[in-house]
Amino acid sequence: MNVVAPVEKRLPKEYASDQEVRWCPGCGDYAILKAVQRTLSDVGARPEQTVFVSGIGCAARFPYYLSTYGFHTIHGRAPAIATGIKLANPELDVWIATGDGDSLSIGGNHLLHILRRNVDVQILLFNNEIYGLTKGQYSPTSRAGTRTPSTPEGSIEAPVSAAVFALGTSARFVARAVDTQQKHLPGVLARAYAHKGASLVEILQNCIVYNDGVFAEFTERDVAADRQIHVEHGKPMRFGADGEKGLRIRAGTLELEVVRIGEDGVTEADLLMHDESNRTLAGLLARMTPPTMPVALGVIYCDPAPSYERQVGDQVAKATGTGKTPDLNALLRSGYTWTVGAPRRDSDTSTKA
Amino acid sequence: MEGSAALEGASPQRKQLESAVVRFAGDSGDGMQLTGGRFTLATALAGNNLATFPDFPAEIRAPAGTTYGVSAFQINFGAHEIKTAGDTVDVLIAMNPAALKVNLSDMRANGLLLVDSGAFGEKNLRKAGYDHDPLEDDSLKGFRVMKIDMSQLTQDALKDTGLSKKDSLRCKNMWALGLVYWIFDRDRQSTVDWLNSKFAKTPDLAAGTLAALNAGHAFGETAEISSDIGAFTVPPAAIGAGVYHNVTGTEAIAWGLAAGAMLAELKMVFCSYPITPASGILHVLARLKEYGVVTFQAEDEIAAVCAAIGASYAGSLGVTSSSGPGIALKAEGIGLAAATELPLVVINSQRAGPSTGMPTKTEQSDLYQAVFGRNADCPLVVLAASSPADCFETAIEAVRLATKYMTPVMLLSDGYIANASEPWALPDTDAFARFPVQFRKDPEGYHPFLRDPETLARPWAVPGTPGLEHRLGGLERDYDTGNVSYDPANHQRMTDARADKIAGMAREIPAQPVELGNDHGPIAVVGWGSTYGPINLAVEHLRDQGIDAAHIHLRHIWPLPANLGDLLRRYERVLVPELNKGQLITLLRSEYLLPAKGLNKVTGKPFAIVEVEDAVRAWLEA
Repeated sequence: MNVVAPVEKRLPKEYASDQEVRWCPGCGDYAILKAVQRTLSDVGARPEQTVFVSGIGCAARFPYYLSTYGFHTIHGRAPAIATGIKLANPELDVWIATGDGDSLSIGGNHLLHILRRNVDVQILLFNNEIYGLTKGQYSPTSRAGTRTPSTPEGSIEAPVSAAVFALGTSARFVARAVDTQQKHLPGVLARAYAHKGASLVEILQNCIVYNDGVFAEFTERDVAADRQIHVEHGKPMRFGADGEKGLRIRAGTLELEVVRIGEDGVTEADLLMHDESNRTLAGLLARMTPPTMPVALGVIYCDPAPSYERQVGDQVAKATGTGKTPDLNALLRSGYTWTVGAPRRDSDTSTKA
Repeated sequence: MEGSAALEGASPQRKQLESAVVRFAGDSGDGMQLTGGRFTLATALAGNNLATFPDFPAEIRAPAGTTYGVSAFQINFGAHEIKTAGDTVDVLIAMNPAALKVNLSDMRANGLLLVDSGAFGEKNLRKAGYDHDPLEDDSLKGFRVMKIDMSQLTQDALKDTGLSKKDSLRCKNMWALGLVYWIFDRDRQSTVDWLNSKFAKTPDLAAGTLAALNAGHAFGETAEISSDIGAFTVPPAAIGAGVYHNVTGTEAIAWGLAAGAMLAELKMVFCSYPITPASGILHVLARLKEYGVVTFQAEDEIAAVCAAIGASYAGSLGVTSSSGPGIALKAEGIGLAAATELPLVVINSQRAGPSTGMPTKTEQSDLYQAVFGRNADCPLVVLAASSPADCFETAIEAVRLATKYMTPVMLLSDGYIANASEPWALPDTDAFARFPVQFRKDPEGYHPFLRDPETLARPWAVPGTPGLEHRLGGLERDYDTGNVSYDPANHQRMTDARADKIAGMAREIPAQPVELGNDHGPIAVVGWGSTYGPINLAVEHLRDQGIDAAHIHLRHIWPLPANLGDLLRRYERVLVPELNKGQLITLLRSEYLLPAKGLNKVTGKPFAIVEVEDAVRAWLEA
């Protein structure tokens, strides 16, 4: 009988490695690191069972600062490396720390495929809408008009939305959070951890050096309540300083509108309830942008399906189901063979195994 | 010469041949590969030695009747040892004008042409680019031509089967096979069994193909053709006792990898993106789940190598496989495996390049890519397989070295080896030495780059092991802790250690043997990979003629065997035949400062024996 060892609760700081953290002072990554350590503590993560995988960029230094297993790989490829890890050992808890350039530019293909395959990993996508480590060029999430060393007249590309992209790949878990919201972020991360299958958490992260304040229009204290909505499954979609605003479907359309409770006869019963398993609703929420609409935060979509590695494991289990020890000699003789004896002409027989 | 010059026999009785080269050629939809495969098996069962060479277009179904849609399958079989598919063709079966046009230049003078005259209509002639029907003028006068309306004869034979005209015509390859079986006195039973099993669910096709096979055979028996065509027998070769399988390089590499993983006591995670001519390895391994093999068809070449690296990081044997263009995409990933010192096996089934090149044609032009093709100083192990059967052992060796030294290993195969086949006396794998991997478990004194003093390999500590949690990455690592380090002296030391680890392997890899001939003399012919057969036979022929040539063939391309420099210096001349513009020769010249000379060919086809022979003779006589 297996004896289950009691879960040894570790403090958040016990998930810190002995390495000095080298992000710029004031970088949003510090807040994310803190929230992740808090989450690992909350969920009772075992350091030896936990692997953080990253590609290249500021966010990709993340694994060096945790006391778990960590693999800092090459630009954009963390999802592919993580997939290999899960195929080798499905029991490991695998997290990916990545940035908007790493995962939506050079690694866009791999992000698409790990999400659609539904490999059981947590993907923390640090979106600061800029390239930090290469000194401030625009990224695929930069808004059109962003002036950078490589776009002195302003960028002319339409940005990609991480959450909308993820929903388009058939991802089964999509959430969004803000780096500095330490009360909110660990809860979202814990949900991602609990989700079996690929979970994508877009973390809006402030780059203090190259893109400071890029999210200020909805994260500043004086506007936050009016320009953010924290969605929760099964609850009406209310926001505003006193919860006086809400979201509903504009009559006769397939679009959301902001309404005020108490105005024009609107009551809470008129508001949309959040349904995590509704992909269409998730798409509408993920697309909302300020100032006309609030930015959707929290678990936007969650609808679990069997993970990729579990299904691979099922196929292997079926193949090995007979419990026979693999026999190399039998493998080599599994095709068409014939036997040559001595003297060979007399015993020239063929066999079909 | 390989291939027989004795086919001119005019005797009505069967004439005994030492060997013969037969090529089946037709449209890519004519089933020539399948026909050749059946003939190969019947020939193996008849006890001959053999080697085959399939040659087909990259297009799956090129437009019918065109020269670029011609698919061919060549077999050389004999009563003695056969090492190549043969320089020239003794018997060509041409199912249409395009097949005749494309293959005629490979025919031996006075060779036998079996032509389906029924396919030589005006339309097909035009598609093949013929102004006149070559069967009706004197353009084939150097050959013995047998014009047979196989299309019509097949339809006649199948008229009672109820098959449509279209389906009947699809059986004409079996008609041709039946005739060739008669010509070479082959037993049809293995083909009969195979057709019955293949078409078990479509009995009318089974009946049709069998009727065609038998009709072709009966045509040989009854038609009065023997006087000018001849009927032959090729007696069995002296073959060692054992259980044989006709193996392709594709199969042997897949099995060798599975064997290597089992000997290392590891699960294998094989990650690949489809590419010609490498995809077959993925197909074979995808069916080996019960042998501890997990296959992963990745979204691209980069994901394939990265998933393999992730698998190795987590304690499985990570393997990836591709051809040159795909290996180019994997280069950065391979560098990561070298930097983090993780085991990784990379198979490169080389093809003609650069860029997309000629996907289905063979070449040996990725040696530079294998040895040098990464950014920075990034040494790894390079092995080359020399024949379909040799792929098995070479793949096991790749796994052994990768796991023992914690390094990427690249195994070079090529399009010829991948698709060619040879009878292989199946080894008893129970007798193979196991090399179980010992994962690091002990946290005491551990750090990720604590090197074994002898091999310089670092310990393999996998996630899931308590107390060994560590961070690994592509940033330079400190020699004494494994943490990120930009220290100048440390980078020097780590770069040296990575190079020394690979170079040090030369201590344990086998001393380079001489395949044939003396260990000194006027000339050594040094090859690697799939040129083994033509070089070996060329040297054998030269030695038969009293020329003291030697054949040396490399399996270990990097590091080179420790004795190779001294060995090569004992010859007055070193000739290096390669299917590239001279890549191994660059390595040999730079390592040993040898005045070696190259023999280079890039036509997408293997060397002919005579090409190697002529080059040796020319140099000796110069």
